[in-house]
Amino acid sequence: MKSPVSVLALAAWLLSAPALADLKVFACEPEWAALAGELGGARVEAVAAVTGAQDVHYIQARPSLIARVRNADLVVCTGADLEVAWLPLLLRQANNPRVQPGQTGFLAAADFVTLLEIPVSVDRAGGDIHPFGNPHIQTDPRNILPVAVELSARLRAIEPDGAAEYARLLEDFRGRWQQALERWQARAAALAGMEVVVHHNSWIYMNAWLGLDQLGSLEAKPGVPPSAGHLAALLAQIGSHNPRAIVRAAYQSARPSEWLSGRAGIPALVLPHTVGAVEGADDLFAVYEVMLDRLEGVAP
Amino acid sequence: MNRVPFAFFALALPVALILVPEELSAQGVVSGNAFNPSISLILDGKYSYYSDDPDDLVLPGFLADEEIGPPEEGLSLGESELVMSANIDDQFYGFFTAALEDEDGDTEIELEEAWIQTLALPYGLGIKAGKFYSDIGYHNVKHPHTWDFVDAPLAYSVFLGGNYGDTGAQLRWVAPTTQFIELGGEVLRGDSFPANGAANDGAGAFTLYARTGGDIGVSQSWRFGLSLLSADAEERDSGEGDVTFDGDSDLYMVDFVWKWAENGNSKLRNLVVAAEYMHREEDGDVAIEDSGDAEYDGDQDGLYAQAVYQFRPKWRVGVRYDYLTSSNDVDGFAEPTLLDDGDDPYRFSTMLDFSHSEFSRLRLQASYLDTGATDDTQIFLQYIMSLGAHGAHKF
Repeated sequence: MKSPVSVLALAAWLLSAPALADLKVFACEPEWAALAGELGGARVEAVAAVTGAQDVHYIQARPSLIARVRNADLVVCTGADLEVAWLPLLLRQANNPRVQPGQTGFLAAADFVTLLEIPVSVDRAGGDIHPFGNPHIQTDPRNILPVAVELSARLRAIEPDGAAEYARLLEDFRGRWQQALERWQARAAALAGMEVVVHHNSWIYMNAWLGLDQLGSLEAKPGVPPSAGHLAALLAQIGSHNPRAIVRAAYQSARPSEWLSGRAGIPALVLPHTVGAVEGADDLFAVYEVMLDRLEGVAP
Repeated sequence: MNRVPFAFFALALPVALILVPEELSAQGVVSGNAFNPSISLILDGKYSYYSDDPDDLVLPGFLADEEIGPPEEGLSLGESELVMSANIDDQFYGFFTAALEDEDGDTEIELEEAWIQTLALPYGLGIKAGKFYSDIGYHNVKHPHTWDFVDAPLAYSVFLGGNYGDTGAQLRWVAPTTQFIELGGEVLRGDSFPANGAANDGAGAFTLYARTGGDIGVSQSWRFGLSLLSADAEERDSGEGDVTFDGDSDLYMVDFVWKWAENGNSKLRNLVVAAEYMHREEDGDVAIEDSGDAEYDGDQDGLYAQAVYQFRPKWRVGVRYDYLTSSNDVDGFAEPTLLDDGDDPYRFSTMLDFSHSEFSRLRLQASYLDTGATDDTQIFLQYIMSLGAHGAHKF
C-alpha cells in the first residue's frame, strides 16, 4: 500500500498538471503546430505529435500522445490517410468527444487543398500508396493559406471570446504570407525545369510549385526501402539526363542517396519538409526560405 | 384557382428535372460501397520442428487450458484472421474479427472479437461492449499476427490459455492530466479460461487495471500497468482432459514496456523491451474422473522478458526468456500434475524476422524449453501476411 506522503504527492501532481488558460491544439505534424501558433498567438498552446526528424508514416499511439489528445480542444492533421497507422487509434483511445472526425475540433488540412496523384486504381503491389491522393501537401507554400483560413475559423468557433484577436492574427498572417509567396515566386523562376531524383515520392507539391522535373525515386514502390537492384536501374535510367540533386527528408536514411550520389556525381540534398526538420527551418516561413536556398545552391 | 402558382409549377417542373441530375453528377458518384468497413485478412502459415513430441507436453505444477499446445508439428496453417471495423456513426465504433483454423482436416471458425465502443462520452470515459480481448496486461490485447514471436509467452499460455477474451462490458477512463493515466474495469461472462461455466448468473469474471506512461526525451517512451483478473470457475477443463476445477482463480499482473528509437524515428532502427510478471492464486476443488475430489490451493508465478531490436529497416532480431514456478497444496488424492510443483519450467527463445513491406513478414525462431520433466528444442519458420486495410496497432 502507498504511504500517505506519496498519495499526497500524487494528488498535488494531478491537480497541478493541466494549464487551463490556453486553447490546446494537438497537431499531428510540426507545420500545423507552427500555423496554429501564427494564428492563435499567446491564446493557443500548440504541440506536434511528430518532429522533423521522424517519419510521419511510422508513429505509434504512445501514452504521451493519448494524454495530449485527451486534453486537446482542436486536433489538426494532414489527413488523406497520411496518419492512418496511428491517428484513428489515438482518437479512439483518448476518449475526447470534442476532437473526433466530424466535430469542430477535428481539422484535416487535406480537405481544403487540391490533392495530386489521386490513383485511378489501388493495389498494394504498387507499394503503400495513399488512395485519396498524395498527402504531402505542405511542400507547396501555396497550400498553407486555405488551411490557415479554416484553422482560424475553427479557433474562433471553439473560443468565441478570442474571435477578434484570431481574426486580426489571420489578416496579419495572410499579409505576410502573400508577400513571402511573391518573393519566393520570383526566386522560383530560376529553378523551373531543373531535374531531381527523390528518395520517397513526397515532394510532388514542391515540384508543381517550382516547376521541378522528377526523374525517379529511390524507393521502387512507396514505403518499400530502396534496394540495390532498383538503385542500379535508377543509375542507368539517369543516363543522359542531368539531375541536379537527390532529394530526401531529414528522417530518411542517408545511405541510398549517398550511394547514388557517389556513382552518378550528383549532390545528395536534404530539404526541409517541415518546421524543425533541418537547421534554420525554425518557423513556417523559414522552411521555404531554406528549401529555396538549398535548391539554388545546386541549380545550374 | 390562382393562375400564377400554376404557371410557376409549369415552368419550374421541367427546369427542376434538368437541374437535379446535373447537381447529382457534380457531386460525384455516390455508391454504397464507399461506406464499407475497413477489411483486412491475415494469412499465417508455419513449419514447426520439435525434438520431443508436442502432444506429450506437460507443464508440471499448473492447471492449464486445453489450448496450451504449441503449433502443430510439421507444416501447418495458423489462424486466417478476418478483421472488419468502422465508425458506426458519430457516437459508436464497431470491430469484428473471426479466425478460421484448420484442425485435423476440419475448418473451425472462432469468433475472436465482436464489440462496439463509444466515441462521444464526456469526462474521458469510454464504454466497450461485446466480446473482446480484455485490456489486462500488455500482451493480452495482441492478436497473433502482431506477436513478436511465433508463440505466446509461457505465462500467457498457462494462465490465460494464450490470452483472455470473453463477452462483457468495459468502462475506461483517461485522466485529464498531462501524464497519461488510464483506469479501467470489465465485467465479463466468465466463459473463457481461467473462468468457466459463466458463474454468478453469467457474470463470472471481472478485471481492474491501471496504467501510466510517457516519453523520456524524444527517443524513449514507456508504459507501466497493474491488472487484476478475478474469475469463478465451474467445472473448468484443463489440459489433462479428465481433470476439472471448481473455485476461484485470481490473477495479478504487472507489465512494463520501454521503446527506444533514435530521435523517435522508429523506421530506421528501434528497440522494444517488454516484461510481465503474473501471480495466480487458485482455491477450490479439483476432480479427476473416476478418482473423486480433492481440495486444491495453488500459488503460481510466471514471468517473461523480451527484447526486439530492428537493426535495419526490414530486419528485426529478438530474444525472450520465460519462467514459471508453483507451490500447490492438494488435499485428498494424488493429482499427479498439480502435486509435482518442484520443477520450475523455463524457456529461452530467439528469433529473426524480415519484413519486405509493412504488410509481409517472414520469421525464423528457435526455442529451448525445459519443463523440469522433459526438455525440448523447437524450431519455427513462419510467414504472416496482411491483405487489405492498414491496421493500426496499439503501443
